[in-house]
Amino acid sequence: MLDDVIFWTLGVLAVAAGGMVFRFDSMARATYSLLLSLLCVGGLAILLGLDYLGVVIVLMMTIEMAIMAVFMVMFMMNPAGLMPMSMLHNKRGGAALCAGVFVLLVVGIVLAPWPERAGRADGDPTMALGQSLMGPHMLTMMTLGFALFTTIVATVVLSTRRGRYDRLGDDLRARHADDPVRGGIGR
Amino acid sequence: MTLELFLVVAVALFSVGLFGALTQQSIVMLMMGLELMLGGIILAAAALWHYVAPASTDGQVLIVLAVTVMAVEMAIGFAIVTALFRAREVDMTDEAAELKG
Amino acid sequence: MADTAPLWGVVLMPFALVAAAVAAAGLDAAVTAASRRGPAAALRDLPAPLGEALRLLGQQRRRTDVADIVLGRVGIGLVPVAAVLAAAVLPWGFRAVTDPVAGIVWFNAMEALAWAAIWLAGWGPNSALSLIGGYRFLAQGLAYELPHMFALTTAALGAESLRVGDVVAAQQGLWFVVWMPAAFLVYLLSALAMAFWGPFGHPVGRDAAGGAVVEYSGADRLLLLGGRWLLLVVTASFSVPLFLGGGQGPLLPPWAWTLLKTAAVLVLLIGGRRLVPVLRMDRYMEFVWMVLVPLTLLQALFAAVVVLDR
Repeated sequence: MLDDVIFWTLGVLAVAAGGMVFRFDSMARATYSLLLSLLCVGGLAILLGLDYLGVVIVLMMTIEMAIMAVFMVMFMMNPAGLMPMSMLHNKRGGAALCAGVFVLLVVGIVLAPWPERAGRADGDPTMALGQSLMGPHMLTMMTLGFALFTTIVATVVLSTRRGRYDRLGDDLRARHADDPVRGGIGR
Repeated sequence: MTLELFLVVAVALFSVGLFGALTQQSIVMLMMGLELMLGGIILAAAALWHYVAPASTDGQVLIVLAVTVMAVEMAIGFAIVTALFRAREVDMTDEAAELKG
Repeated sequence: MADTAPLWGVVLMPFALVAAAVAAAGLDAAVTAASRRGPAAALRDLPAPLGEALRLLGQQRRRTDVADIVLGRVGIGLVPVAAVLAAAVLPWGFRAVTDPVAGIVWFNAMEALAWAAIWLAGWGPNSALSLIGGYRFLAQGLAYELPHMFALTTAALGAESLRVGDVVAAQQGLWFVVWMPAAFLVYLLSALAMAFWGPFGHPVGRDAAGGAVVEYSGADRLLLLGGRWLLLVVTASFSVPLFLGGGQGPLLPPWAWTLLKTAAVLVLLIGGRRLVPVLRMDRYMEFVWMVLVPLTLLQALFAAVVVLDR
């Protein structure tokens, strides 16, 4: 009973907040509406018995959206939404397509012969997840690790303005980096 | 609380996200749509894990994967927007259509 | 070993937290008074935070032009709420309000809410200085979070569990601080940083006229600044179950040991604050990446080897 109440509250809130993301004029509100939606997803994951993953989703999304807000405010004109404006293209086509996708998928969900529940959850799903990531799913984990590392490198390369030639001279021989602001460890 | 209900919520999130990703002009708003779609996928994976195959950990691994994809998408997306903006003062999809630098 | 507290514990916890925060703020006021006007003034200033709170409660709320009131209030309210939610997994002796499987991650997630909270509080009033404060806290968050997470991971690694109760139980005999000193020190640093207090008070710094809190008065200001003390107390006391053996100790009952150790950590932080100037985050960021991240990684490696060898 309590679970049902939680499910309906979180589910409705997730979808409503998700919809409001594209209706708010204020970029800060849009971002935090998305955060609310994703926090509800994390809550639903906890409701399904995935304590660890649910809390990780809450943790990650909070940090991610806090950063996202900065970019939203930085790159959008009218970040506070003080003037009503629309930044959509092909609204009608997009809406029709999404409604179509939604109806199609819901029909599929209703009609599909879902299999019976096979087996029971491990007593500690977190431990089971860790064991499988470090065992049979090791390859997944390693791929993720490489992907994340590549992301770090690529992100820095893409977004930095001053490379090492700017800092250390054309032949990289300068003893002290030529930084506009002195660094925190005395350089 | 049934599998179908969870999946319907997940599909609703996915569709709303798809709407945003298709119609938004700003790259950053487009990425918010992608985030919502991935949120729907996470929810679907969690529901399928719980109601169909709780004994195996595949559903959980899928969620780990989706969460990582979210992080990578955000980081790379922002880096590209930053680079684009620095080079051409562009932050709209329509103006970033041609990829020459 | 770790039980969950009875229902009255749930009701009592926020009040105990507020009492501890008032005591800590009182100590800080007393130390400040003593350093400025001699030891005689210390006793007189001990209840100063209570007086300040009452004064703020009677104050009128300041309004700014075209403020985003909803988001601002969400941000303000989130600070104390995040502190109380984080305190739910904090063991009092050996009992916490709740001891979930992923307690350490829960704690981390709740303190990450502070990121959103401070930025929202800074965004709300539509004022440049308060927004600068909000941005400063995000920069601070990016700087402190990584070594902080490694420090938490190290403690969880030593106990081979994310449950706070297990971490306490694993320290029977030898406290983690003995073989994880680097993680403990980094944790203390980030505890200050996430409560944006002391050397990490840049987001509410005087150079930005008060940063994120500049436009708030009355009850809003009380919630924000009081919530900051709550955060400081919670994060400082969480170092006790993580590194200082929780309620373990001879003779005294567990709750008394928890109290003593928490008080010791708080006294250390409040006393040590005066030795360090306010840090600028761009500089601290470099220090973090060049020194703290490698240090905590080595510490985690050391802990992992010890655990494997056990």
